[in-house]
Amino acid sequence: MTQYLDFEKPLAEIEGKAEELRALARSNEEMDVADEAAALDQKAHTILEDLYKDLTAWRKCQVARHPDRPHCRDYIETLFEEYTPLAGDRNFADDHAVMGGLSRFRGTPVVVIGHEKGSDTTSRIERNFGMARPEGYRKAIRLMRLADQFGLPVVTLVDTPGAYPGKGAEERGQSEAIARSTQACLQLGVPLISVIIGEGGSGGAVAFATANRVAMLEHSVYSVISPEGCASILWKDAEKMREAAQALRLTAQDLYQLGVADQVISEPLGGAHRDQTGTIEAVGQAISDMLEELSGKSAEDLVKQRREKFLSMGKRGLAA
Amino acid sequence: MNWITNYVRPRINSIFSRRETPENLWKKCDECGTMLFHRELSENLNVCTSCGHHMNITPRDRFNALFDGGVFVEVSVPEPQADPLSFRDQKKYPDRMKAAQRATGEKEAMLVATGEIGRTPIVAAAQDFSFMGGSMGMYVGNAIIAAAEEAVKLRRPLIIFSAAGGARMQEGILSLMQMPRTTVAVQMLKEAKLPYIVVLTHPTTGGVTASYAMLGDVHISEPNALICFAGPRVIEQTIREKLPEGFQRAEYLLDHGMLDRVTPRPQMRDELISITRMLLGLPPAIKGELPPPSDEPAQIEAPDSDGATPEK
Repeated sequence: MTQYLDFEKPLAEIEGKAEELRALARSNEEMDVADEAAALDQKAHTILEDLYKDLTAWRKCQVARHPDRPHCRDYIETLFEEYTPLAGDRNFADDHAVMGGLSRFRGTPVVVIGHEKGSDTTSRIERNFGMARPEGYRKAIRLMRLADQFGLPVVTLVDTPGAYPGKGAEERGQSEAIARSTQACLQLGVPLISVIIGEGGSGGAVAFATANRVAMLEHSVYSVISPEGCASILWKDAEKMREAAQALRLTAQDLYQLGVADQVISEPLGGAHRDQTGTIEAVGQAISDMLEELSGKSAEDLVKQRREKFLSMGKRGLAA
Repeated sequence: MNWITNYVRPRINSIFSRRETPENLWKKCDECGTMLFHRELSENLNVCTSCGHHMNITPRDRFNALFDGGVFVEVSVPEPQADPLSFRDQKKYPDRMKAAQRATGEKEAMLVATGEIGRTPIVAAAQDFSFMGGSMGMYVGNAIIAAAEEAVKLRRPLIIFSAAGGARMQEGILSLMQMPRTTVAVQMLKEAKLPYIVVLTHPTTGGVTASYAMLGDVHISEPNALICFAGPRVIEQTIREKLPEGFQRAEYLLDHGMLDRVTPRPQMRDELISITRMLLGLPPAIKGELPPPSDEPAQIEAPDSDGATPEK
């Protein structure tokens, strides 16, 4: 059962009708609905194309947060072989909002790290909806250092609403953990590539995405604050999230223009949630290309390139 | 330059200007409500003389009190492009900027300067909470990078006084990118083996805490400063319970291992002199107010030993 977003309502109606028609035909063998159903399918296809042709920033946020969108775990299971999770920050706990471990990507050993949001109620709670605590960032730091020590490239998959705003998380140094994780990214003498697969939520995302190459999926978003948070501060009304999303310029397309994203990975028509396999494959290709590009570079060059990339950021702007 | 311009005119001016100031002569302490005489308050660095509450202090006032003889040289900060996103909420970002500039008389939310403290040459940067909540955008990022580069160039320690609500939303993702950018600045200092001291002042929150403010060699905070990543209101909404007294305040962070020290503002200068000189392997400084440094190039040499006391 597809979960439709509010703006997909016209599509839901047409697809519903087509489905009804086919169900009717199944129970009544004499009926021939093939032509009619095909016409409806065609219409649905046109609507889908129209809807996704020019998604507003807020709609992009909705698509980026779609529950059926492939998550970190789906990418790891499909694209990475011999995934061997490595747990814990050696200090306090293991954070299930962050997956990470050794793995092979198309034969090459790598360290893969990512935020996992979970896919049903149980796993969402277990994963804390992809909101990491300090332990998550400290685990990531540990794994990045491991990669550095043994010369393995690091691949991070970013999908988080943001770092967890909780009492314990604050007491155990959420800010320090994020700052150290960003610092660890900058110190790596191995290739670090990052793909924003859904939501790039503020500091929680930067801590993994201070990378040599940052790719974003076509309908992913990356922002300093959620549109709802921004609306409640600047508009004094959380319901103004559409305006806030627009103003924040958080889409992959805008971030590519600003030089924050190095490339945009196309999603299948109607978003990643309509074709998980196709999306994961496209991300796999992008990871492969980025790793290829960076292979053979010296540790000094990688550190320097990462540094200069971030230092020079902000030279390009966007028109209204 | 004669007797009339130097003495008579200021006297006449002061007689006239005095008439306009009465309402500014007294300031009420936000904490205990005591009425404080402005001169007494500013002499005590905006710390309430009755209850010890630390009120905000502008970077300029802070530097005047910090540097020997109040002498410092501003470090110029590369100007970023204005309004990179053409951002508009209920107001246009350039209009908010202009209003902040008018209200504070400053160009942006951070001041960088070089000078000496206890005859110890340093670079200092201070964030201005009164300028759009001290928020970190491109300019603040550039300021921190400029400060670090200056420190590396002159081989001096860097002291940053942080104060910010967080990132500047009006610069969107580019404000978030100041987290890695300022972290690069910290890296420059580490590689040059120069001390980097962070003085966290009220409030230091959000992306600022999660980057340069938490990466110091030494973290000192002013008493009762709010220091956090997520603010108390956001947390209360998330966990739906009341937070304990003093949660996310400096003393609480000290207890939880996130700070080295909590030091009242009037003692901060001596402590910074003492720490930087020890980290640099220099002999103890002469304590107390010093006249401005002479025009000779600054030298990190042993001061005269008479009266030098390292301890408070």
